[in-house]
Amino acid sequence: MSFLKVESLARRYDKAGPAVFENVDFGIARGEFVCIIGHSGCGKTTILNVLAGLDEASGGHVFMDGREVRGPSLDRGVVFQSHALMPWMTTLANVEFGVRSRWPEWSRAQVGAHSTKYLEMVGLGKALHKKPSELSGGMKQRVGIARAFAIEPKMLLLDEPFGALDALTRGTIQDELLSIVQATHQTVFMITHDVDEAILLADKILLMSNGPQARIAEIVEVTMPRDRTRSSIHHDPQYYRIRNHLVDFLVSRSNDYAGLPASEPLVVRPGLEEDAPIESHPPGAPVVRLVS
Amino acid sequence: MSDTMNKTKPWLAPLLSLLILLVALSAWHLATRPKEAAVIVDPEYAALVGGAAATGAKSAFPGPADVGAKLWEHIKDPFYDRGTNDKGLGIQIGYSIARVMAGYLLAALVAIPLGFAIGMSPLIYRALDPYIQILKPISPLAWMPLALYTIKDSGISAIFVIFICSIWPMLINTAFGVASVRRDWLNVARTLEVSPLRTAFCVILPAAAPTIMTGMRISIGIAWLVIVAAEMLVGGTGIGYFVWNEWNNLSITNIFTAILVIGLVGMLLDTALARLARLVSYKE
Repeated sequence: MSFLKVESLARRYDKAGPAVFENVDFGIARGEFVCIIGHSGCGKTTILNVLAGLDEASGGHVFMDGREVRGPSLDRGVVFQSHALMPWMTTLANVEFGVRSRWPEWSRAQVGAHSTKYLEMVGLGKALHKKPSELSGGMKQRVGIARAFAIEPKMLLLDEPFGALDALTRGTIQDELLSIVQATHQTVFMITHDVDEAILLADKILLMSNGPQARIAEIVEVTMPRDRTRSSIHHDPQYYRIRNHLVDFLVSRSNDYAGLPASEPLVVRPGLEEDAPIESHPPGAPVVRLVS
Repeated sequence: MSDTMNKTKPWLAPLLSLLILLVALSAWHLATRPKEAAVIVDPEYAALVGGAAATGAKSAFPGPADVGAKLWEHIKDPFYDRGTNDKGLGIQIGYSIARVMAGYLLAALVAIPLGFAIGMSPLIYRALDPYIQILKPISPLAWMPLALYTIKDSGISAIFVIFICSIWPMLINTAFGVASVRRDWLNVARTLEVSPLRTAFCVILPAAAPTIMTGMRISIGIAWLVIVAAEMLVGGTGIGYFVWNEWNNLSITNIFTAILVIGLVGMLLDTALARLARLVSYKE
């Protein structure tokens, strides 16, 4: 049974008009890293906000750990796209703010030590007393990640956390995130626009068709071994098969799905296919198996 | 270009200020210098109004030296008290500052919590907005008769006028600051399950503090403007009463001195608030 279960989630802005997205169903197992990819406007951020409890869907349900999600909770840590650090607090105070809320009975020293540990984990041990304005974009996002990890949530939600970073910084932080997640077996749901980032980090990639009436059209299982590194991943023959599959989806298939009636998402494992031409798998035709 | 000039010659601006002062003082001095005139007047009239005034050689308008001497006199002995109409400038200024502070702090006590409520709740905002829009443009002195009639005590009436004039900028700025706190910060607090009270004090208040402080700075400026006029009306004590009293005495020198002191105190109040504002400001 899935740790997080999303059932026929839908969102419409007016009752008569078409939904932004509908029939969104998926599950995330404990310890699984799931990325969601889709064009702008298909409702990815709304889905994440619904999972976080910050937004409400027009229909459908979200269950985590057997309980329905109603409102925000310390069980789900969120890393915001715009880092959302409080500019009047130091790096340490920003992390402590959440830690104090998670464990109100802790002493000041305990809160400080716990927060420092997580800031050191993202390589910011030397910037504890700096204000966010004194940090680079990458460092700010690291603080955001430390803040989310420090409350030790059951699940982490990342809204395109590296979107605003340059390629080099992004690579370094991806590595850090990868090692932290591998060490902590954190359950993660992440929005990204970066195909390579998704392949590097995810166990499962959800592909959303274009809106309106967007839905999860395909679920790509990343079948490469879990101990991936950014420097070696592109030597794996599976890598380009998965990558081509994702890019083809974004370029053409995401649009083809738009007109089709809703159906169960296809579960595909392009990494294990022997270089079969993608064209032989038109939308609607089962590739490996339907989700059961 | 002007920036580089300021960096290489930091003394240039103060020097220019000094030059402007000297030019202004000289012009003032020349304009008020006693004229050499030989007008023959009735000696009894001369004895009555003073020789210089009788000949028209010396006008009642003082020169810079007269004002300087008077100012020095006041500075040497600011706190003398020789009856109702003859108190030291320090005492008068003290009364005015005390009234301004009382009215201003009362206004802050009302405006900041109320502004918080208005900023947090669109419902309260829409409900109170018409009243604020009508009450805000009313000259604070228009309240004076009403205050005197209902409160009866003239001193408290003056404080009420300060209260009513300094409440609006603080109220409006607090509401605006609170309403425009970044959604992201509030969402962070929500996902961390921070209690509403802690969110108000640890997120909304610091986030809105610079805007609130701007309102407080505008308010203290207005309060200091209004206190002079208010004290002219209620009389008794205060720098405004002092100015009016010296007008009745036709002592332009004292009026000049008071004007100078009013300006200086106003500047000090503004500087103090600016310092406080810098303490709570943050860089994004």
